[in-house]
Amino acid sequence: MAQIVLDQLAAKFTGGEILESGTSHGDEWARIRRDAWLAVGEFLRDDAATKMEMFIDLTCVDRLGMHGGNPDAPRFDVVLHLYSVVHKHRVRLYCGVTEDDASVDTLCGLWPGANWFEREAYDLYGVRFKGHPDLRRILMYPEFVGHPLRKDYPKEKRQPLVRRNAATRE
Amino acid sequence: MSAAEWMLSKIDDATNWARKFSLFQYPFVTACCGMEFMSVAAPKYDIARFGAEFPRFSPRQADLLIIVGTITERQGPALRRIYDQMCEPKWVVAFGVCASTGGFYQNYSTMPGADQVVPVDVYIPGCPPRPEQVLDGLILLQERIQRGEGHSQITIASEKAAKKAEKLGQTYEGPLVSIRPIGEHPKLEENKVEK
Amino acid sequence: MDDHDTTLAPAPRKVVLGFQDVEDLTAPDLPTEPVPLNMGPSHPAMHGTVRMVLEVEGERISSADIQIGYLHRCFEKESESATWTQVFPYTDRLNYISPMLNNVGYAMAVEKLLDITKEIPERAQYIRVIVGEVSRITDHLTCLGASAMELGAFTVFLYALKAREWLFELLEEVCGARLTSTYLRIGGVAYDLPPDFDAKLRGILERTQIVLSDISKLLDRNRIFRDRMDGIGIITREDAISYGITGPVGRSTGLAYDVRKDHPYLVYDRFDFDVPIGSTGDNFDRYAVRVEEIHQSIRILDQALKQIPPGPFMHGDPRIALPPKSEVYNSIEGMIAHFKNIMDGIHVPSGEVYSFTEAGNGELGFYIVSDGTGRPWKCRVRPPCFPATAVLTKVLPGLFIADVVPTFGMINMIGGECDR
Repeated sequence: MAQIVLDQLAAKFTGGEILESGTSHGDEWARIRRDAWLAVGEFLRDDAATKMEMFIDLTCVDRLGMHGGNPDAPRFDVVLHLYSVVHKHRVRLYCGVTEDDASVDTLCGLWPGANWFEREAYDLYGVRFKGHPDLRRILMYPEFVGHPLRKDYPKEKRQPLVRRNAATRE
Repeated sequence: MSAAEWMLSKIDDATNWARKFSLFQYPFVTACCGMEFMSVAAPKYDIARFGAEFPRFSPRQADLLIIVGTITERQGPALRRIYDQMCEPKWVVAFGVCASTGGFYQNYSTMPGADQVVPVDVYIPGCPPRPEQVLDGLILLQERIQRGEGHSQITIASEKAAKKAEKLGQTYEGPLVSIRPIGEHPKLEENKVEK
Repeated sequence: MDDHDTTLAPAPRKVVLGFQDVEDLTAPDLPTEPVPLNMGPSHPAMHGTVRMVLEVEGERISSADIQIGYLHRCFEKESESATWTQVFPYTDRLNYISPMLNNVGYAMAVEKLLDITKEIPERAQYIRVIVGEVSRITDHLTCLGASAMELGAFTVFLYALKAREWLFELLEEVCGARLTSTYLRIGGVAYDLPPDFDAKLRGILERTQIVLSDISKLLDRNRIFRDRMDGIGIITREDAISYGITGPVGRSTGLAYDVRKDHPYLVYDRFDFDVPIGSTGDNFDRYAVRVEEIHQSIRILDQALKQIPPGPFMHGDPRIALPPKSEVYNSIEGMIAHFKNIMDGIHVPSGEVYSFTEAGNGELGFYIVSDGTGRPWKCRVRPPCFPATAVLTKVLPGLFIADVVPTFGMINMIGGECDR
């Protein structure tokens, strides 16, 4: 249903920026090389046939230790969902990011809505967004150490800010 | 017991009676239990019948802190600060299972119960508790207030007893009133400091 | 809005105080010093727990920093250690004023990954639509009631809660819980509707319409309400698109996008209903869109109750659905199927999917990654009120402090959904 998006992308970006693409369970997706992230986003937003002006979601997937996963693939995948109100189609874009250099360009210049979503991806996964105007934690408190949604962060490891002395009534 | 002490204990009873039927609540609402709190305040399960009607929107004017919903670690300092701003005597009710013990959330962000930062008098379990359960918890709290066994009431009483013991040159052993199970009425003579 | 008459045109904004206009009082030659003002995280007029660090000059806000995260209960991390069915209680607590709609969204996402969307029994689909629309009505009633209370209209709050109470009791008869229902399962619903559900729901809907007309009579032409809501907190259509704001807030700006109409799911394409679209994007438009959506939900419910067929309410495959208790206790296959379903979880084939439905606040998306086992690898919620709260950093500057209350109320930020 959104095959036109993948066709437009394949037609415009012929230098290997689109690493893979396909359709699964009715969703069209494409994997983008990291240095082309901003260019692909801008093209999808502005091209008349795709017109993906609505920013839906940006998140990360941590594939550390995933069953059937490729051990050579980068650890994190930044996942972007876009939608077009005009054409009513949507696409999912992946960008593989390694653990050592976990950063990708920011999309705040293209869609202002990306601001908080990128802050959340930074907060919970530790992926930095180059050029973000205000990259700080959004869901966790500033004193928190670590990135909790990574697979190697234990679920129950708390970092309390305040505790009372339970022996007294205070 | 001398006549003066009898008089004072009756005045205490009267004061506690007045306090329990005129609770000024500060609802510290965070999550889903807030919806059931709204239902309790609504006409069907009217909380106004119990005297605890109008929420005081400042902790300085409130004496009952109702902690409604999950407390996260981030919220801890704010909750503690609000508790500290209230004047004594003050009572705390943990409304819902998340405020009592953390609920079914066991993770890096949820505090396992609000009693990690404030002393709680009554825990109301439920996810969310039915309004009838909340009213039951409120009645338990009122009984406790009448007996003078809320945490802050015990603190006040024990501070007074400690000062009195100091004036008389004696050592003070512990709180004057101990927490008894529901249904038993404490006999003050048992815990009195020896003259 | 077409069916309202023109006497509901927005009231004029300028207020004359004495012989001076308000605009003069904030003239740039008056000395003002910026003062940081902290609203929250526990504030009586904020439903939900959020902290706003405002910088004010006099009464006007010059900048707003909205800090969320005070209700971060780690939905994603918890769902990674739960089986696919055990995630349902966590989804209830996302948008906790319309819990069934979250259940529907999650169930449909897992079913999309299992490729059984077409195999859900028809009765189950109708039941999902019915309880979903009932939840949508409770969502809007709570939002309207709480926001009106914050503006001083306490009676409206009591009326809205009265109507909500009837719906809660009905939901309690269906699934056992008033608020956090956990009613849906992957492949259908957990229990069938009770026998007298039809008559009860129809009675409640009639009374709800009376309550709504009472609320409209109290608020629609109320001078105080209109002055506080008209022209305040305007979100433009371009902002709504670029931030990704959908739902009643997005539609109030003029953006004609409703998932039920544009990408129909379940049996929504069989119903005849309208989607209200606002024009100015101010607070009053958001209020009016929500009231009209309740009317449209009642319309959908009426049609659904007429069309609902008898039949099974759960998928038949024992690898997905729990077998009926008679089989579990009387046959080895039933018992083993039950055991494996509970202990291992449903074995969802590995893959990734993004599924979206129309929740109370807009497009609720579930992006699910499965690695082939009985537990999710990742279960991401795309919250509809997250971008709506983000746009407030742009909308609040320029407003008075007192305008924060209706604006924030009408955005309907639900902490459980925004912070997950």
